[in-house]
Amino acid sequence: MFTPDSLGRLPETPSQTAGPYVHIGLIPRQAGFEIFADDVGAAPLPPGEPGERIRVEGRVLDATGALVRDALVEMWQAKADGSHGLFFRTGTSFETGLWSFDTVRPGAVPARGGAAPMAPHLCLWLAARGLNRGMHTRLYFGDREEANAADPVLRFIEQPNRRATLVAARTERDGVPVFTMDIRLAGDGETVFLDV
Amino acid sequence: MRDEIIPSDHGQHPPPVTPIYKTSVFRGPRMPLLSLNGSLSELTGPRFGHGAMGALDNDLYRNFQHGGEPIGERIIVHGRVLDGNAKPVAGALVEFWQANASGRYRHVNDRFEAPVDPNFGGCGRTVTDDEGRYHFRTVKPGAYPYRNGIGDWRPSHIHFSVFGTAFAQRLITQMYFEGDPLIPHDSILNTIPDAAARTRLVAKLDLAAQVPQHTLAYRWDIVLRGHRSTLFENRLEGN
Repeated sequence: MFTPDSLGRLPETPSQTAGPYVHIGLIPRQAGFEIFADDVGAAPLPPGEPGERIRVEGRVLDATGALVRDALVEMWQAKADGSHGLFFRTGTSFETGLWSFDTVRPGAVPARGGAAPMAPHLCLWLAARGLNRGMHTRLYFGDREEANAADPVLRFIEQPNRRATLVAARTERDGVPVFTMDIRLAGDGETVFLDV
Repeated sequence: MRDEIIPSDHGQHPPPVTPIYKTSVFRGPRMPLLSLNGSLSELTGPRFGHGAMGALDNDLYRNFQHGGEPIGERIIVHGRVLDGNAKPVAGALVEFWQANASGRYRHVNDRFEAPVDPNFGGCGRTVTDDEGRYHFRTVKPGAYPYRNGIGDWRPSHIHFSVFGTAFAQRLITQMYFEGDPLIPHDSILNTIPDAAARTRLVAKLDLAAQVPQHTLAYRWDIVLRGHRSTLFENRLEGN
């Protein structure tokens, strides 16, 4: 349907916002109905999955600081041994604006070119009404200060205070480590988003 | 060995803040993106097999029937998922969602004054074959007004979500229908500055693919970022 240029390349299909009803297609149970036997990315962590059980959660905030309560949040991560991967998908709550995943702490992933491994991290991807493109970001673990200090991606962020936007604070709930990271789409404390 | 991904051509996409689409002003990031050479975290991605799909998952005409058939113009939408090197992307998960024929979504937050169709869910999914092909059957979605400018309407459109082989290729977009007079007026489509890029979101009527006397067909191809081979460069390690 499209003709490649003289180098045999095709231009990328442009992005469009996921809109307010993204839940219908990607997390239909949140839209209010069941249609597929298993919604993609909705299965809980397999009981036998090796690794330390953790919970990660946060809010998504707009430029005014208001909650974004209709966002899609996807997560792609390494398993505990550093191999890929585990995939989860959810939405921010219509009521509380919270997103959360129950997973295992990922292992270290090799960096490019044989450099020291990257600090353990989760890859997050957001889509929502008002976002013209899906946004990639990462979550690092606040209790891994030494590894984070050596991480090539965090170190690549020019402003040290912006690095903190990708680091989740650790608390504990019912004996499970909980890592909390708000995602600020714009405005004060804007999260670092990645062009990957 | 895992190939790397050609960097995104940002000029094909809408910028994050586009005042004609008001919500983007509240939500669009202001800071530049941090550009990275991909690591394994972005060059890998979840894969979904054909086995994970239900038999009716790509048939929106039948996958939510409750004692009757959906109202509307039956259509087939088909095409290919290709990469930037014009190579087919096999095994790509393609998900789609849409309003019903009267422009109403089956969603707890949609309050448009138009009927919900009891026999239409409005979502489906499929996995591309070895040639990168996908297809599904549905009814043509209706236009509907939305809260932006007070006189703004969305042209008929279907939302698409696509996974390539790398998480970096993740894409959500919208497909429009050739000949829709609302297209030039759409503030969402017009967030894309490049006119040629906008036309690539418009499906073509494909009479040859119709089911004669029964169902019309539209063709739309999707292009994800391509893989590149690395020439005279250190390879990624660890894969």
